[in-house]
Amino acid sequence: MNTSAHPNIPSSMVSVGGGESRKSKATGNVKMSAKDVKVFYGNTQAINGIDIDIYENEVLAFIGPSGCGKSTFLRCLNRMNDTIDICRVEGKIVLDDQDIYAPDRDVVLLRAQVGIVFQKPNPFPKSIYENIAYGPRLHGLAKRKAELDDVVESSLRRAGLWEEVKDRLDQPGTGLSGGQQQRLCIARTIAVSPDIILMDEPCSALDPIATGKVEQLIDELSESYTIVMVTHNMQQAARVADRTAFFHMGDLVEVDSTDTIFTNPQNQRTHDYITGRFG
Amino acid sequence: MTNLALIATLLMIMALAYHMGLTRSRAVAAEHDVRMHSRPGYYGALVALWCGLPALALFLLWSFLAPQLIEMLVTHQLPADMVAGMSDRELVTFLRRVTALANERSVSGGGTSEELAAAAHMARLQTFENLSLVALMAVFAVTGLVVARRNISPQWRARNQVERVITIALAASSGVAIFTTVGIVLSMLGETLKFFTFISPAEFFLGTTWNPRFSTSGTDAQGEFGLLPLLWGTMMVSAIALLVAIPVGLMTAIYMAEYAPPWLRNVAKPIIEILAGIPTIVYGFFALIVIGPFLSNVGDLIGINIRTTSALTAGLVMGIMIIPFVSSLSDDIITQVPKSLRDGALGLGATKSETIRQVVLPAALPGIVGAFLLAASRAIGETMIVVLAAGNNPVLHANPFEAVSTITVTIVNQLTGDMDFASPQSLVAFALGLTLFVITLGLNVIALIVVRKYRQQYE
Ligand SMILES: Nc1ncnc2c1ncn2[C@@H]1O[C@H](COP(=O)(O)OP(=O)(O)OP(=O)(O)O)[C@@H](O)[C@H]1O
Ligand SMILES: [Mg+2]
Repeated sequence: MNTSAHPNIPSSMVSVGGGESRKSKATGNVKMSAKDVKVFYGNTQAINGIDIDIYENEVLAFIGPSGCGKSTFLRCLNRMNDTIDICRVEGKIVLDDQDIYAPDRDVVLLRAQVGIVFQKPNPFPKSIYENIAYGPRLHGLAKRKAELDDVVESSLRRAGLWEEVKDRLDQPGTGLSGGQQQRLCIARTIAVSPDIILMDEPCSALDPIATGKVEQLIDELSESYTIVMVTHNMQQAARVADRTAFFHMGDLVEVDSTDTIFTNPQNQRTHDYITGRFG
Repeated sequence: MTNLALIATLLMIMALAYHMGLTRSRAVAAEHDVRMHSRPGYYGALVALWCGLPALALFLLWSFLAPQLIEMLVTHQLPADMVAGMSDRELVTFLRRVTALANERSVSGGGTSEELAAAAHMARLQTFENLSLVALMAVFAVTGLVVARRNISPQWRARNQVERVITIALAASSGVAIFTTVGIVLSMLGETLKFFTFISPAEFFLGTTWNPRFSTSGTDAQGEFGLLPLLWGTMMVSAIALLVAIPVGLMTAIYMAEYAPPWLRNVAKPIIEILAGIPTIVYGFFALIVIGPFLSNVGDLIGINIRTTSALTAGLVMGIMIIPFVSSLSDDIITQVPKSLRDGALGLGATKSETIRQVVLPAALPGIVGAFLLAASRAIGETMIVVLAAGNNPVLHANPFEAVSTITVTIVNQLTGDMDFASPQSLVAFALGLTLFVITLGLNVIALIVVRKYRQQYE
């Protein structure tokens, strides 16, 4: 992980610096792909036709000014927008070459495959154990109690939370600190073994130390998962993302390797944004 | 000067005082060229209060004391042998007639010469009293006004003082509500204790027979005052009501909160809440003429003997009545469960009904239980429906198709008709009322605690 911080953002360009920057996976297999995706809330259009490919095991960051549609687009990727009555999605999104908006597509299975972690930690008001066990139970992933125990333990371990909570699994998840809650939510998502994890500003409610832990976790998870995250923190994008996509007013302006976006953006709007001219 | 005119005048003077305070504070500020501690409006308000409050306090005290004082003076002036010849009750009646005459209202028989003389005396006293009240209030108001107006200075912390007066006024208002409640409870307690001098608490609380007889049938006929049949009837009717209201209400709430499209919700919610606005006597009526005979007919068809007025009839109708309590309280609580929790479950691949059953309802459960308890206390205290539809049969039995009697019905029975308020037959109503009060209070307290616990979860 590139840990060199750039305190002068946004007054100057970020140089991600050196060959020790993140592994480039832009040449991997396409995991998910969006074609001309448009999203409407009632009559207002929030996304104006976006095309993007998401590669297997990459960390892709969405950046852009507030209200530009990052969350909206992210939520299209596992059809969370279905839960908003007035929201309508057009275009095509395929996952492993299958249309996720196809009429016969099972949303339940899709969401097991494409998990999501929200901005504000939202543990269920149940015990820590039950929080993690919820997903596997839902999908019948564990036959016996011992199996379930294993899933819970390994998920918590991967989320780096095991050591902190192993003695109080029966206590409410809501009693954890904010950072621990967010890692609990990540563990909860991992527990159903998704292929892709979507994260919507996962660190914006956390202090710098908890943020550091979550970033480290994202880095580790990218070994086995594809991660798409929204962030407002450009250093964070620079630290953890392989590729970065810049959104502006419902458009996907530019997507490229993180180095390129921060050092040599092709589009004037991207340039203005990362140098702090607007947004 | 009538009291109304007096108060109206005082209010007008206060308005004037407000204006004077306002202008004065501006003048002071201009004169010394300084910033006043508070804005002009506060000085105006404070001057108005100084002007109005002492006069108002005097007025209240005076209206409370003056009539008593006048009656005393009038009595004092009556011939001594006449007063000595009257019992207390006669004297009270006499004074009441005199007061009526003095205020130029007619009394039956037109009034004796003594009464007329006393009335004339009283009228003179009243005129004098009235004039002195007006004069004193004027003095108070003007003094207050002048003193407060002179006090206006940049350092005078008018804002803080006005705030304090407002706080005190608000506290006093809530005090009225609290003291009234406490007063009612205390008076009930007093009467209940009186009842317990006739019947021992053990006999009352543990007795299994309710047969109070009539107070007119001789003093030795004491009757039996066992609470249990009534308590049992209350519980049975309430339980039937809750069996109807809880499932229907809860499912309505879930549908309204989670599934109903907004337009339907906007139409249906008010309609359901209208159920709560129907006077209970109408429900009782409905139970008596529609539901009761209907159930009885159904019973005949399937070979069960169902009385027209029975625990079942009353319970069913009462259940319908409390559906809106359960549904609108639960609805509020379900909608309060944060969207983020639902998203969490949906994001893991839970279906809508799974999310509701496994995440939303458990999270809302304490609040929903609170709603049930409130509905239960409502059912237990309900009167009109059971008076009409439960059949008034204070006997211990477990058959819901039979008539029962409840605590509330019995209170009505014991207090209607010509009763001697010193007999156990009437006093028992207070004991029953207090019992009912303790039960519903207990339920409400538990419900409030539960609901509060639930609130904290999301704050
Ligand atoms: N539920 C909704 N109903 C109506 N309009 C919505 C809804 N959610 C988002 N929008 C609108 O869609 C546009 C994009 O919103 P979105 O939440 O995707 O922005 P964002 O890029 O995630 O912003 P932020 O960085 O502040 O989270 C905004 O104009 C917003 O007002
Ligand atoms: Mg967002």
